[in-house]
Amino acid sequence: MAVIEIKNVAKRFGSYQALHDINLTIDDQEFMVLLGASGCGKSTLLRIIAGLETQTTGEVWIGGRRIDHLPPKDRGIAMVFQNYAVFPHLTVFENIGFGLRMQKLPNDEVKRRVERTAELMHIEQLLSRYSGELSGGQRQRVAVARALAMEPDVILMDEPLSNLDALLRMEMRAELKGVLAESNTTAIYVTHDQVEAMSMADRISVMHEGRIVQAASPIEVYRDPAERFVAGFIGNPPMNFLPAEPTGAGQWRVAGQTLKGPDLNRPLEFAIRPEDMTLSDAGLKAKAKVVEPLGAHLLVTAEVDGTLFRAVLDSDLKVSPGDVLTLAPTPDRIRWFDPKSHHAVQ
Amino acid sequence: MNARYLPYLLILPVTLFLCLFFLYPFILVAQQAFYADGGWSLKNFQDVTSHWKFPISFRNTMLLAAAVVPVQLALALLMATMVTRMQKGRDLILYVWTIPLGISDLAAGIIWLAIFEQSGFLNSMMSGLGVVDRPVNFLSYQHPGIVFLAIALAEIWRATAIMLVILVAGIGLIPKEYYEAAEVFGASPWKRFTRITLPLLRPSLQTALVLRVILAFEIFAVVAALGGTLFPVLMGETYAYQFDLLNGGAAAAMALIILAISIAFTLIIMRALRVPKGATI
Repeated sequence: MAVIEIKNVAKRFGSYQALHDINLTIDDQEFMVLLGASGCGKSTLLRIIAGLETQTTGEVWIGGRRIDHLPPKDRGIAMVFQNYAVFPHLTVFENIGFGLRMQKLPNDEVKRRVERTAELMHIEQLLSRYSGELSGGQRQRVAVARALAMEPDVILMDEPLSNLDALLRMEMRAELKGVLAESNTTAIYVTHDQVEAMSMADRISVMHEGRIVQAASPIEVYRDPAERFVAGFIGNPPMNFLPAEPTGAGQWRVAGQTLKGPDLNRPLEFAIRPEDMTLSDAGLKAKAKVVEPLGAHLLVTAEVDGTLFRAVLDSDLKVSPGDVLTLAPTPDRIRWFDPKSHHAVQ
Repeated sequence: MNARYLPYLLILPVTLFLCLFFLYPFILVAQQAFYADGGWSLKNFQDVTSHWKFPISFRNTMLLAAAVVPVQLALALLMATMVTRMQKGRDLILYVWTIPLGISDLAAGIIWLAIFEQSGFLNSMMSGLGVVDRPVNFLSYQHPGIVFLAIALAEIWRATAIMLVILVAGIGLIPKEYYEAAEVFGASPWKRFTRITLPLLRPSLQTALVLRVILAFEIFAVVAALGGTLFPVLMGETYAYQFDLLNGGAAAAMALIILAISIAFTLIIMRALRVPKGATI
């Protein structure tokens, strides 16, 4: 059992507050992704869990044991680094076995575990090579194998796929997810790539300016963003926003149209995902600016009431720049945000 | 200009310089060494190696190198590791530590002579403290151990920094992530030094050791200042053949013997510290 509990963790570098009061519980064998733009503190949080960085305040617990004062090796963790950190002077075999050798395991045990994890990562034919003779993808596999060979309670990954090309990244994504699911470890995975986060995570913690703004399942983060930042960060293209004025009894005026919404009497922001709209007789009037046929669908960048607005439409539709489209938002996909607090409003 | 020939054109001046001032004199020296009694012979080599002072000066040179270079290597590694860990004042410390590099070897020898000689600082201090009644002549034939120690100390003080500079640059090239990975996978600070720093530093260690060992075989001025004729070394004998005995052929033969020893040790060091293909950073 390796539940990870992060309690009130804050980190300050000089006068810069990198993390503010982080509280997060990660379940046993859960795949948790820390997602955010660069500089949001996600790597700092991971490094605090790893023991490569010390928190200014707060506690980190793994498996019911407080570990934030222990050196990395006593925390029951293994880590995969962004630049792989595959030791260049050691063969693939010795790289995978590095941690096992440090634990002074007997030779046959080291050999057994190295060979098993190498097989798992499909690199058994590379065991006698040096890292200089490997491709980026192969090095990545060695780095993952080295972590898995430790049979850790927790595996930490810091943007492990960001240095691979797009096709390889997609391939490794699926493979990594499968391997980790079988290994029964708790995983924390840092990335700035939302597709990676969506496709791999059991749960995503979206981070922004040193805070966790939402920790939820990928579909919940996508469908019900807790904050405007999440709505704008997740999804490509991101959510559309328009100002909304209440007209009473749960009716809202959005870009000249009347829509049903929460029964409140203060201005809100209306939000809708580009794919959650259909062409209709009644709806928002959007003047098409740029039309991008993407094969599977048609991405239309338009203007609604002077605001940039994107719609993902059926690729069979004939739309030209200058056309005025009437877009009807799917009612149960409409979300509302408070323009002051930026929180979602039910 | 054809781009294929440009690199050769650019190295032409330095090649010419080296040919004129190194290769040509070297050929002359070689000629001189293998020429005696009006013909080609090994007589010069037989003469110098059969001289009673040759085994002593050979042994002294080797002993000195064997005593000085390992100490310098250990010190340079320690100092380089310390400097690399420093956040502030790193450059200042580095400058201070490399000051002896700017001092000529003869001047360094004279500085240490001022410490060890009969009227030197060490004697003044010891008689001031009442340890000795009258000044001791440390650098005399009665104290060969102290002569050796004084020369070794002066050499260590003078020439450790050249290794330090090379090793500091080498350590700077090792990415931090390797140390973090080693730490996460359970390597203690000592293990990180022996398993990460040392092997990844091999190219720099190679350069530093080759340079230092060659210079150690060429030791001359420090010995001349501190030991005089009490402690004969190969380079001192070469000098004596050339300028005291006016035997150019013998001096040339000695020079070639020192060259051969240097080449042999260079090859041994290169071989011992070679980096396997594909195993570079």
